[in-house]
Amino acid sequence: MSAAEDLDYQEKPHELKWVGTNVARTDGVDKVTGRARFGADLIMSGMLFGAVLRSPHAHARINGIDTSRAEALKGVKAVVTRNDFEDQPSEMIQVGELTVNIRDVIRNVLAREKAMYDGHAVAAVAATSASIARKALKLIEVDYEVLPHVIDVVEAMKPDAPLLDEKQFTDGVDPKPDKPSNVAKRLEIKLGDVEKGFAEADVVIEREYKTRPVHQGYIEPHACVASYTEDGQGEVWCSTPGHFLVRAITSRLCGIEVSKLKVTASEIGGGFGGKNIVYLEPLALALSRKCGRPVKIAMHRSEVFRATGPTSGAHMKVKIGARRDGRITAGWAELMFQAGAFPGSPVFPAAMCAYACYDLENVLVIGYDVIANRPKTTAYRAPGAQISAFAVESAMDEMARALGIDPVDFRLMNAAKEGTKAAYGPTFGPVGQVETLKAIKNHPNYRVPLGPNQGRGVASGFWFNIGGETSVTMNVNDDGTIALTVGNPDLSGTRTSISVMAAEELGIDPERIRPAVGDTTSLGFNFISAGSRTTFAVGKATVDAARVVIGELRARAAAAWNIPVEAVVWEDGRARPASSNAGDFEPLSLEDIARDAKKTGGPIAGHVETNVSGAGPSFATEAVDVEVDPETGHIKILRFTAAQDAGRAIQPNLVEGQYQGAAVQGIGWALNEEYIYDERGRMENPGFLDYRMPVASDLPMIDAVIVEVPNPNHPYGVRGIGETSIVPVMAAVANALEDATGVRIQELPLSPPRVLKALNEKNGS
Amino acid sequence: MTTFRGANCGLGAKPVCSVFTDTGSNATEGSGGVEMRYEAPETMKAAVALLASDEHGRVLAGGTDLLVQLRADTIEPSLVVDIKKIDEMCAITRENGGFRIGAAVTGAELGEHEAFKSVWPGVVEALELIGSTQIQGRATMGGNLCNASPAADSVPAMIAAGAIATIEGPDGRRDVPVGEVATGPGRTSLRAGELVASFLFPEQAPRTGDAYLRFIPRTEMDIAVVGAGVCLTLDDSDVCVAAKVSLGAVAARALAPEAAAKALIGTPVDDAALAELSRAASAAAQPIDDKRGTREFRIQVTGVMARRAAETALARAKGA
Ligand SMILES: Cc1cc2nc3c(=O)[nH]c(=O)nc-3n(C[C@H](O)[C@H](O)[C@H](O)COP(=O)(O)OP(=O)(O)OC[C@H]3O[C@@H](n4cnc5c(N)ncnc54)[C@H](O)[C@@H]3O)c2cc1C
Repeated sequence: MSAAEDLDYQEKPHELKWVGTNVARTDGVDKVTGRARFGADLIMSGMLFGAVLRSPHAHARINGIDTSRAEALKGVKAVVTRNDFEDQPSEMIQVGELTVNIRDVIRNVLAREKAMYDGHAVAAVAATSASIARKALKLIEVDYEVLPHVIDVVEAMKPDAPLLDEKQFTDGVDPKPDKPSNVAKRLEIKLGDVEKGFAEADVVIEREYKTRPVHQGYIEPHACVASYTEDGQGEVWCSTPGHFLVRAITSRLCGIEVSKLKVTASEIGGGFGGKNIVYLEPLALALSRKCGRPVKIAMHRSEVFRATGPTSGAHMKVKIGARRDGRITAGWAELMFQAGAFPGSPVFPAAMCAYACYDLENVLVIGYDVIANRPKTTAYRAPGAQISAFAVESAMDEMARALGIDPVDFRLMNAAKEGTKAAYGPTFGPVGQVETLKAIKNHPNYRVPLGPNQGRGVASGFWFNIGGETSVTMNVNDDGTIALTVGNPDLSGTRTSISVMAAEELGIDPERIRPAVGDTTSLGFNFISAGSRTTFAVGKATVDAARVVIGELRARAAAAWNIPVEAVVWEDGRARPASSNAGDFEPLSLEDIARDAKKTGGPIAGHVETNVSGAGPSFATEAVDVEVDPETGHIKILRFTAAQDAGRAIQPNLVEGQYQGAAVQGIGWALNEEYIYDERGRMENPGFLDYRMPVASDLPMIDAVIVEVPNPNHPYGVRGIGETSIVPVMAAVANALEDATGVRIQELPLSPPRVLKALNEKNGS
Repeated sequence: MTTFRGANCGLGAKPVCSVFTDTGSNATEGSGGVEMRYEAPETMKAAVALLASDEHGRVLAGGTDLLVQLRADTIEPSLVVDIKKIDEMCAITRENGGFRIGAAVTGAELGEHEAFKSVWPGVVEALELIGSTQIQGRATMGGNLCNASPAADSVPAMIAAGAIATIEGPDGRRDVPVGEVATGPGRTSLRAGELVASFLFPEQAPRTGDAYLRFIPRTEMDIAVVGAGVCLTLDDSDVCVAAKVSLGAVAARALAPEAAAKALIGTPVDDAALAELSRAASAAAQPIDDKRGTREFRIQVTGVMARRAAETALARAKGA
């Protein structure tokens, strides 16, 4: 959208009636009554049940797969293996703004030469019942040649580490290496001259940090139903944040035209980035194609843990220099990220975001994308930014201590603001980092006196947010209500927020708008619901669609009154003459115009297909109070305050919910969540019992503070708000731990055994 | 998704059904799975006879362990004997000044039994730590004991309380101390055809208090990393005359270290005695490193939990 068109939005500020209020969620009743239909809820007649055979080895060559005994089992209708999918060349394909190597995608969906991690899919079965399907899996004989494996990122980078891919040579190094390596890529983010910056520093803090891979922990396991019919038409129903992505990947892997595959997104029970990928759909479709019946596959929780997600574990080095007066002179970091079995860790955004909260002259961040025998990492809420923030924001805290400056003040002295050139490239427009810092500083929580064994920690975070391809259709029904079709699955109440913006434009009650997520045949392409883009980008396209509709409504009124369209304005849901000069006519309501539409030119609709740009970055600052049990190392979260810049909160309660949810995920990451592997590389804790996400009673009410520095590129000032609040959490908790105990821990999670050990070491016992 | 339809089958005429029945309207084809017999006898005798008839039979109490294991495919019993229809299994009665608790009494029921709770608050608090409100409505002490997890919460509390398990089998009835039922992870001393019928909590001496405490990294829905049950009795001058200490999750089965109990007996349970208890408990712990905690951590925290449980038991004994 051009700048001139953007300006148009600023032209007519009006009193807002719906934007900024809380209206009931359009999906609320269905969700709380259990009526909402998720991935596993579709039942088709004649449907079969699928199950996936998974590798028990972290790394093994697959010398053969014998499915004959499984196929012979009564009730088994189809079995697929690597032989049922044509191999794909190494080729980067674009799906919207997502770039994936299709050779890796097919290997992740179903192992080919090798099983690359414990839980890697090796074969799939469809049978008349789930129990038969499970039984059939046990009858498949796989000839594995177990290979040495490597999990830890530092180990994987060693020259003598077991090699995962003989064809991989580290990208981004000069000269091109002559030996293959697990390091897929080296990258750099650079601004100014860090050597010069460190020379100017009075104090330098240099530390190493380690984080563990963590899972997104969505409650709904991956699930889909696929059907392929004799006429070559395919249909998929699945839980996804992006059914256009599912269509692109599934059609490609199954070798069918895009038009022959219709994908419908179910309601989605969480994803947080972990569903921005395809696992089951090509398997289900291939099974259905083989036997001509619909096939449902739903993962068990243990499969979700072993084979999907997580985000990277990382090893990081950070060096920050500052002058005595509190001004940072240089920021340096080296980030080594586990990508999982295939390249593509979030090390690039991690490097870009590492110092983005600050207005610095000299920055150098070096990143390494490293493959290891773990599930391929997928996006997780502000991918990578939370990991590098743990390192940088921990070091920032130590620097503030070293300089004797309050951690909020120290950040304020260096905060990014309008005009700051970020190390990753852009110069910021209006941004809210200073405002989030002030919001924390002025919050009553920041002044609550602390008791024994209690401490307070602060940290900041940044996330870009994105726009992307968006298609929206708005139909005026003959009773004057609105059918709004968007192409982005609703992860967080976006249907409601988008309806509210449409209502504001049209001047009607949001209740009169029925928003729906259309399938892939009903709209143009839509990029996935990711990067906090949906309320921003789909909202913007919806506003544009509403303006198209309003233009048509005005034209119909103008025709009825026989006056020029320019002489008709749309106000409060009605067309009326712009002034008395235009004539004296009774205003026409949306209902009036809709009722007569068939006589005045036919149905009224507006549709917009666009590539939305101008996403507004969002900053957050958070403060947490903890209490540490000195005898067990257990950390209790006493208070948590999350302040994030929303641009404008269309629905304040939904925005608060995002900040709270993000904070809670970060708390789990900080305190207990980790993957535990045995010596053979098998995950030992693939369930919520031992993969310890926080439960409600572990948490205080999270105090959400909505900061509003409007994004000039959105009609209502919206920035994306779904991600940033997770970014500061882990560092904030580690900083609070030091404040409470004097012990600094540079490795996650801050689990009781690790904390108690550190306390013992400090006490010399 | 799979549903457990056993409960329905037990009420009606059909004695055989498939446990794993796929949900959905078109489940008609879904009966090709593993056939498993479900029985819900109404007498102890019938239950024993059934169990004796099938070496792959399993007792079903609340099912909060059994169903999880079925779903995870770690067990494939050919027979499941639901004991909840046997009156004696579900009864709470007084016996010689003590209490007899049926093995199938749920945590929720015992938690609402004011008389039992006022005498054995430590046992009840242990049982009530299991799972969540939903789990509490099903989980039983019999299941907790016979599942034989080293981390079972109610077991150290029962051992500290001196509870006796009454076992029914083809050869009749026998009584054994609770500590002798579980022998190692997933293993019990029950013989073929035997099941635990009830627990006897003998009459309590005056000025006795019990308590159970566990360490978990979260606040609920977790499995004990360390558990400690303490029961102690004071004389009129506040000197401890009897004590039992039992530790969970720090060995292959719940421990009852003598040295830890001796640290309390003959003392006013003062700081020195508590410190000695703490040392003795840590010394008795023989934990492993596993996904739930390191050996080093567990040994240290065992002493902490034992001391804190003793402090609570002491306050209860004093009637605080
Ligand atoms: C979400 C969740 C949380 C949990 N949290 C905890 C916890 O915090 N602490 C804890 O200790 N446990 C926990 N558990 C485990 C479980 O709930 C307990 O062990 C419970 O006490 C088992 O009782 P039940 O009646 O459900 O046993 P069942 O599942 O019915 O039986 C368990 C085993 O004992 C056998 N059995 C049962 N009764 C008898 C009997 N009378 N005689 C002989 N054998 C018998 C069964 O055959 C089976 O092998 C949890 C489980 C779940 C699902």
